[in-house]
Amino acid sequence: MILARRALLLGAAASLTGCDRLARNDRFREALFSAENFHKWAQRSLMARDALAREFRPDQISPIFRANGTANPNTAEYKALWRGNFADWRLRVDGRVARELSLSLSQLHALPHREQITRHDCVEGWSAIGKWRGVPLKTILDGAGLRSDARYLVFHCADTMGNGSAYYESIDLIDAFHPQTILAFALNDRPLSVANGAPLRLRVERQLGYKQAKYLTRIEAVSTLAGTGGGKGGYWEDHAGYDWYAGI
Amino acid sequence: MQPAAPAPDIIARHRLSTRLWHWLNALLLYILFTSGLGIFNAHPRLYWGHYGANFDHAWLVLDRFPGWITLPGHYSLALSRHWHLAAAPIFAFALLAYILWSLGNRHIQRDLALTRADVAPRHIWQDIFDHARLRFPRGEAARRYGFLQKASYIGVIFVALPLLIFTGLTMSPGMNAAMPWLIDLFGGRQSARSIHFIAAFALAAFFLVHILMVLLSGPLNQMRAMLTGRYRLPAERP
Repeated sequence: MILARRALLLGAAASLTGCDRLARNDRFREALFSAENFHKWAQRSLMARDALAREFRPDQISPIFRANGTANPNTAEYKALWRGNFADWRLRVDGRVARELSLSLSQLHALPHREQITRHDCVEGWSAIGKWRGVPLKTILDGAGLRSDARYLVFHCADTMGNGSAYYESIDLIDAFHPQTILAFALNDRPLSVANGAPLRLRVERQLGYKQAKYLTRIEAVSTLAGTGGGKGGYWEDHAGYDWYAGI
Repeated sequence: MQPAAPAPDIIARHRLSTRLWHWLNALLLYILFTSGLGIFNAHPRLYWGHYGANFDHAWLVLDRFPGWITLPGHYSLALSRHWHLAAAPIFAFALLAYILWSLGNRHIQRDLALTRADVAPRHIWQDIFDHARLRFPRGEAARRYGFLQKASYIGVIFVALPLLIFTGLTMSPGMNAAMPWLIDLFGGRQSARSIHFIAAFALAAFFLVHILMVLLSGPLNQMRAMLTGRYRLPAERP
């Protein structure tokens, strides 16, 4: 019995290190990482293009909405904008667009809003429900006019990460034109706090938290993700190996 | 002169479908359990309801699981997720294929379905009593599964494994949009995460008892049966 148990434990230990060694093999790693393509294909096939994420009632909102990632960009530039109540902040929209835009916070406030009480799902496993208000991304993109070769939107942020590069994320046009995809400036009826991404953050409600870029400064329309960061479409995708498609 | 002893009574026990699925499952469930613990380590707290984060009430708060039981052996949420999300669809479709195949070849109806005699209280008690005394069926009686065996295989195939698949899907924000009924079925994403965890440990408990039973009831014979399909009926007690 004891011998069998020991053999089992040894077997477990051996296969564990075996798995770890396998995951270091490039071709196996590629196969392992390609599961993302299956999930993206399966989910996009199962859901209608505009299928909505669940919207909740006001009494279902989390008492405290946990902020995650950068708590404060803390750069000289960001602090100056914050002191000025973001009056001098601008959102640039450029890249593969017909008309480049530079939008102030008050211009964004003047556009039609959408309000949604949705669940924020962190890749770590926790969830928080909050009420977001913002401008549908579609409104901005219609204003800028995407060129026919635009395939993705890259979101550039004001917060710098461990290696000194700024945070960035990207989505494709299916999510960009989704009715719940908004540029949010308010959470739970108050202007976005610094910890939650003031003055503006992205909401892509059918994907995980790391896609919800905070501290937006620029939206760039691109035809390929190859030219952005390491080419995988986002800071965590490039630096930690997270999936670009974060629907699961 | 003594006549030669009769050949041991060898029967065909496990069909090819059962053997293939069993070993594929052994591998996949091992990957899924250990990578699942790696994912759990990113936030080792469990909640009930739709939401749950650090400020909310957790019904279970654990330390991180140690590296010898997680995949990979060091903390990497990204890699654990790659392992888990690559193995999960194969596991789910294999279960579906096995259920369909085993309905087709009548394995489920013939060998797993509980008969009226199986569920007679006297038989149930007898089976529990026999298991407690480690008296396993011999001879002709060993051809068929007893109540506890049938009940655990049915519980695993039709309850625990589907529950793991559907609670897993419920944690996906994309699947929530595709199939909103999943959220209502389990009462929220965090409830689904809790049920996923409980079902995984129920399955781990099944695994331990399963291994124990194999070791106690003739491990070589059982192993051969699951590899080649051929099982030697244990001789009747004198």
